Amino acid sequence: MAVRTYLQAISDGLREEMRSDERVFVMGEDVGAFGGAFKVTDGLLEEFGAARVRDTPIAEAGIVGTAVGAALAGLRPVCEMQFGDFVACGFDQLVNVAGKMHYRLGLAVPLTVRLPVGGGFSGGPFHSQNPEAWFMHAPGLKVVAPSTPADAKGLLAAAIRDPNPVIFLEHKHLYRRVKGEVPEAALPTPMTARIARPGEDLSVFAYGAMVHTALEAVSELEADVEVVDLRSLVPLDEEAILASVRKTSKALVLDEANATCAAGAQVAALIADRAFEDLDGPVRRLATPDVPIPFSPPLEQAVLPGTTRVKEAIRELLDY
Amino acid sequence: MESFDRRAGELLSDDDRVGLLRQMLLMRAVEERGNALYKQGKIPGSFYDGRGQEAVSVGATWALSGADPVCSPLIRDLGAHLVKGTDLTQIFQHYMGRENALSHGREGNVHFGDKGVGVVGMVSMLPDMMVVATGLAMAYRMRAEQRCALTFFGDGATSRGDWHEAMNWAGLDRLPVIFLMECNQLAYSTPSARQFARDPIERAAAYGVHATTVDGNDVEAVFVAAHDARERALAGDGPTLIEAQTFRMHGHGAHDDARYVDPGLIAEWAARDPIDRYSARLTERGLDVTGLAEDVAAEVAEAVAVALTAPMPDPATATEGVFCTSAPAGEQLGRGAERWSGFAAMAQRLPSAAAA
Ligand SMILES: Cc1ncc(C[n+]2csc(CCOP(=O)(O)OP(=O)(O)O)c2C)c(N)n1
Ligand SMILES: [Mg+2]
Repeated sequence: MAVRTYLQAISDGLREEMRSDERVFVMGEDVGAFGGAFKVTDGLLEEFGAARVRDTPIAEAGIVGTAVGAALAGLRPVCEMQFGDFVACGFDQLVNVAGKMHYRLGLAVPLTVRLPVGGGFSGGPFHSQNPEAWFMHAPGLKVVAPSTPADAKGLLAAAIRDPNPVIFLEHKHLYRRVKGEVPEAALPTPMTARIARPGEDLSVFAYGAMVHTALEAVSELEADVEVVDLRSLVPLDEEAILASVRKTSKALVLDEANATCAAGAQVAALIADRAFEDLDGPVRRLATPDVPIPFSPPLEQAVLPGTTRVKEAIRELLDY
Repeated sequence: MESFDRRAGELLSDDDRVGLLRQMLLMRAVEERGNALYKQGKIPGSFYDGRGQEAVSVGATWALSGADPVCSPLIRDLGAHLVKGTDLTQIFQHYMGRENALSHGREGNVHFGDKGVGVVGMVSMLPDMMVVATGLAMAYRMRAEQRCALTFFGDGATSRGDWHEAMNWAGLDRLPVIFLMECNQLAYSTPSARQFARDPIERAAAYGVHATTVDGNDVEAVFVAAHDARERALAGDGPTLIEAQTFRMHGHGAHDDARYVDPGLIAEWAARDPIDRYSARLTERGLDVTGLAEDVAAEVAEAVAVALTAPMPDPATATEGVFCTSAPAGEQLGRGAERWSGFAAMAQRLPSAAAA
C-alpha cells in the first residue's frame, strides 16, 4: 500500500487501466502535454503517446459523441470534462445517445466520463456545480462518486471495465486535500456503499466531499453516529442504506448538490418507502439550497452545507 | 491594412484617438492591479486578463452606439466594459467578491455585466453567448430597430456546436450582429493548429456571413472593421465575422505560468504591443499622450481604495434573486456610453436621430 492523494489515485488508476488494456484511451481538452487543467493526466502522454492521450477541440458534445462511437467500435474511452460543469454542453450525447443505446439497440457503450465537480473555493456558478442528479434521472447511465483515494482508484477501474456509460464524479476539493492508503494492484471497487464509520444512534448518508464533512462533524460530537459513504448513486446500494437505518433508526442525508431532486432525495424517499417502521424520527436532509453557487466566500459558505450545520442537524435529530 | 488606415483617417478624430489609447491603458492598469490583488489574496478564486489584447475589445466597442449591446465581453475583453462605461469601483468590488451593484458577489472574474449600459455578462460555457447575441439581433430586426449586437469569442470556442448554430442562424436571417473572434493563437494550453484544420474565417462564406481579418493589435483597424460591420448590419446586409489576430501575453489565468508557450513568440508579440505601438503613433502624430498613463493610474488607485472599504455581501442574501418577482421589464438593457465622435457629428446633422 502506498499513501496517495485522491488526485494521484485517479491518475494511477487511469495509468494502470491503460497499461493493462490497450483499448483504454483518454481524451479531453488540454489533457496531453499540459496534463489536464488539474494535472490528472500528467505524464500519460509520455507513456502512452498522442494516439491514446488525445487533446480535443473545445467540443463537449463532440468529446462524448465520438467516445460513444469509439466505444461501439470496441474501444474503452475515458473522457475528461475540464470542469464537470461543461458536461452540460455534452448532455444530449450522454442522455439520449449513450444512455439509451443498449435498451434500444442492444449495443453496449463502455464509456467513462470524468467530471471534476464541487465547490468551496470561489469557483462561482460555472465552476462549482454538482450535476449528478441530471444523470441519475436519465436511464442507462451509471453514476459513481468516490470520497477516498482508494475508492477513487478502484471505482475508476470499475467504471472503465463496466460495459455501460459511467459518470465518474471527482470532487475538486478532495484532489490534494485527501490522502490515504491505496492498494498497488488495480482492484475495482464494487459500486456499493461502504460504512465509513460504524455507529448505533444515527446514520448519516453522504458521498463525495460530504463524506469528509460528515466524518469531521461526527468527530466533534459525543455520539455514536454511523457514516455511510454511498460511493455509487446509480446503482444505489439500497440494501446497505436500509440495513443502516434498521440498526440506528435515524437518518440524515447529505448532498452538496442543490436540494431539489438531488441524490439525497432519492435516498430519503427510499427510507420513507421501505424503512418507515424502523424509523424513530423524521428522515432529515441537508443540501445546498436551490441557488447557483455564488462566488463571494461568505455567500458560498452560506449555501454549501458545512460541518457546523451538519453537527446541528445531527444533534437535533438525536434529540428527537 | 492600408485600407483600414485610410478609413480610420476618415472616421476618427484626434479625441477618438486619445480616447482609444486611454481606454487601453485603463484596461491594462485595472488588470495589472487585479493580478496584484489576486496575489495578495484580496481577490478570491482565480483571475484572468487580456494583456496584449486590449485593442480588440476597446476598438470594437468604440464603434457601437449607446443602444448597441455587448453580449458578451469574455475574459479577455474588459475593455468592452470600460468603453461602455461601467464604474471602476464597482468592477473592483466585484473582483474582490465584495458587495457590488454588478453581481452582488454572486459572480467573480470578468463574469459581470452591467445591464444599465447594455452589457450582458458572460457565461463560462463557450461560446454560449454568441447565440444569445444572435437573439438580441433577431429582436431588433423584428422591431425594425437600427441597432446591432456585438459578441466576442476566442479562436478555441469556434469548435463548439453553438458557434455553428449562431453563424448559420444569423447568416440565414441576415441579422444585425457582429461576431468578433479573438485569435490569440491559444485555447488554454492548446495552440490553434490543434483546434481546427482550417482558419474559422474560411467558414464564414459557407454560412452567408461576411468576413474580414484585422490586425488585432491595431486598435484603429479593429475599430474600422467593427464600424463597417455595424453599417452593414444596420443596412440589412447581415452579420460579419471579424477575425482579430492577436496573442495571449499571459497565462490562461493568474494560476498558469504558460510555460508551454514558446518564449520567442511572446517576445515577437511583445514588440507589437498594442499600447506601445499606439502611443508611439499618436506621439508621431503630434498628440500629447504623456499624462494619460498617470491619469489612469490615479483613477485606478482611487477606485481600489474605495473598493477596499466596501463590505462583503450579507450571507443572509445568498439565496435571494433566483427568480424575478417584480413585473417583468420590457427593454432591460440600458444605453452605454457613446464614444465615437462620428455619432455626435451625425446627431448634429440629423437632430431627430439623436432622440431615437
Ligand atoms: C464549453 C466549454 N468548455 C471548456 C471550457 C474551459 N475553458 C475555459 S477558457 C478555455 C479556452 C478558451 O480558448 P479560446 O476560446 O481561444 O479563448 P481564450 O482563452 O484564448 O481567450 C477553456 C477550454 C469552457 N469555458 N467552456
Ligand atoms: Mg484563444
